[in-house]
Amino acid sequence: MRITQGTFSFLPDLTDEQVAKQVGYALSQGWAVSLEHTDDPHPRNVYWEMWGLPMFDLKDAAGLMTELRECRKVFGDRYIKVNAFDSTLGFETMRMSFIVNRPVKEPSFTLRRADGPGRNVRYELETRRG
Amino acid sequence: MANPGPDQATATQRTTGNTARRYQAGVLKYKEMGYWVPDYEPKPTDLLAVFRITPQDGVDPEEAAAAVAGESSTATWTVVWTDRLTACENYRAKAYRVDRVPGASDQYFAWVAYDLSLFEEGSIANLTASIIGNVFSFKPLKAARLEDMRFPVAYVKTFKGPPTGIVVERERLDKYGRPLLGATIKPKLGLSGKNYGRVVYEALLGGLDFTKDDENINSQPFMHWRDRFLFCMEAVNKAQAASGEIKGHYLNITAGTMEEMYRRAEFAKELGSCIVMVDLIVGWTAIQSISNWSRENDMILHMHRAGHGTYTRQKNHGVSFRVIAKWLRLAGVDHLHAGTAVGKLEGDPLTVQGYYNVCRDAVTREDLPRGLFVEQDWAGLRKVMPVASGGIHAGQMHQLLDLFGDDVVLQFGGGTIGHPMGIQAGATANRVALEAMVLARNEGRDIAREGPDILVAAAKDCRPLEAALATWKNVTFNYASTDTSDFVPSVSVA
Repeated sequence: MRITQGTFSFLPDLTDEQVAKQVGYALSQGWAVSLEHTDDPHPRNVYWEMWGLPMFDLKDAAGLMTELRECRKVFGDRYIKVNAFDSTLGFETMRMSFIVNRPVKEPSFTLRRADGPGRNVRYELETRRG
Repeated sequence: MANPGPDQATATQRTTGNTARRYQAGVLKYKEMGYWVPDYEPKPTDLLAVFRITPQDGVDPEEAAAAVAGESSTATWTVVWTDRLTACENYRAKAYRVDRVPGASDQYFAWVAYDLSLFEEGSIANLTASIIGNVFSFKPLKAARLEDMRFPVAYVKTFKGPPTGIVVERERLDKYGRPLLGATIKPKLGLSGKNYGRVVYEALLGGLDFTKDDENINSQPFMHWRDRFLFCMEAVNKAQAASGEIKGHYLNITAGTMEEMYRRAEFAKELGSCIVMVDLIVGWTAIQSISNWSRENDMILHMHRAGHGTYTRQKNHGVSFRVIAKWLRLAGVDHLHAGTAVGKLEGDPLTVQGYYNVCRDAVTREDLPRGLFVEQDWAGLRKVMPVASGGIHAGQMHQLLDLFGDDVVLQFGGGTIGHPMGIQAGATANRVALEAMVLARNEGRDIAREGPDILVAAAKDCRPLEAALATWKNVTFNYASTDTSDFVPSVSVA
């Protein structure tokens, strides 16, 4: 199933040219870009693996694209996302985050329900690997 | 600049000089009781209020301003000797400036300063009891409207503000770089719990981040609240499993008593909901209480501004929504309906942007075209996510993104559920339109101008968007706004 996390998951997969433009936008805003990857896209899996540190001093989107190619060589069958981090006072958080690589066969999720008292249902979500 | 008036000497003399005469029993003009102080320099710790007043025929505007200051602080209609048992000059609010409203012959902006010690810390109830307690019924005024307020940092810091705030909400939801999408379930009354949950599931599955109870969905004969909560949470969990995204449904916990609201809030928490909502009509004390509860329970608190139009819409009387938004940010809500500008409900675009600034700024600057009279430093208080809801559809995506930017929830109720191919398709149309517009904006395209072309291009890959554009292409709500800012642009050096 197609996981729809990230800013652009409802559009056709972005081409590298489109990715570079988005990275260019992030850099123009003064944000630091970085790459993260995982094989478990569970919505509560907050900490994907970092591909190096955020590129705080990067000026040109080409730098990120080079790293993305390297990352794909190693983790081409994982999810890879581009994050843009804004250190401005009052934000100090991510301002963009979008998926730029997906496994050929994406995982799905099993929803488990446990009946409790008063019709209360306890839900659990588990990643079912592709 | 303050308007120096001929009575300045009298006022000063009465407040400082001839004390015995000032306190003789009888009736004095408010101006003469010390409530009109045109040379007063507001202190950084003062609260400031800007009122739009319409004095009765023949009432001097400065006297009317003084009366507003008096009646919203210490005064009564006659002289009382018991004033002399207090440091009364400290407690008197001071009207210090009166400006004629541009374009209106009988209206004036009256600026009033209040000493910080007039107010209890952390209580909007106390603040409003003073500022709008009885002056709005005062006979010498035909009408009065509270246009704006400035709160000193010392006062702001007595409030905890939004329990979650924009930054933390996004980190919890793991959603960045675009407005969030929502829809209010329709019809707003009559669906059974099971049918209601069906709409929630379809809309979330189709691509929305949130769905929402409407303001008057509480616990009626056709759907009791527990039933609604249970079916909605089944829908939310199922949609999360089908998308891998965090989703939510604003469970309306508004009820007749605070005890019942807590009961509903606790059940929402037990079921794992990430968000609850209340209506503005529950009142300031209930809002602050449920805000505290939300903070303790990591719950996003959505505020539906039900009822505000009764006092915010008419320009000459009531309270501007920008003031309500300021009070709500202090009181502590995470989401606030703040207008759409392009939809079916009242809202001049610049005035609405002013409300958004109040919700989202670290420091809100004076900006007269947007109706902001004073600078407000929010002292690190968390930011409120504004919500645009009411009569908007996918075909307006470029206007909405251009007007409001990323930090907003765009809610398409009819624009999702009324889609000719079904609710899921309606949701997908909105999500695709949004993502395509954000992508285009970030690529440097002029979305305000090229928006319609961008939507048509995106619709080539998305049949639901194509259908949405065809269905609603001619729907606009172009009526004159009743609430616009009144200002004269000042001459600036080019």
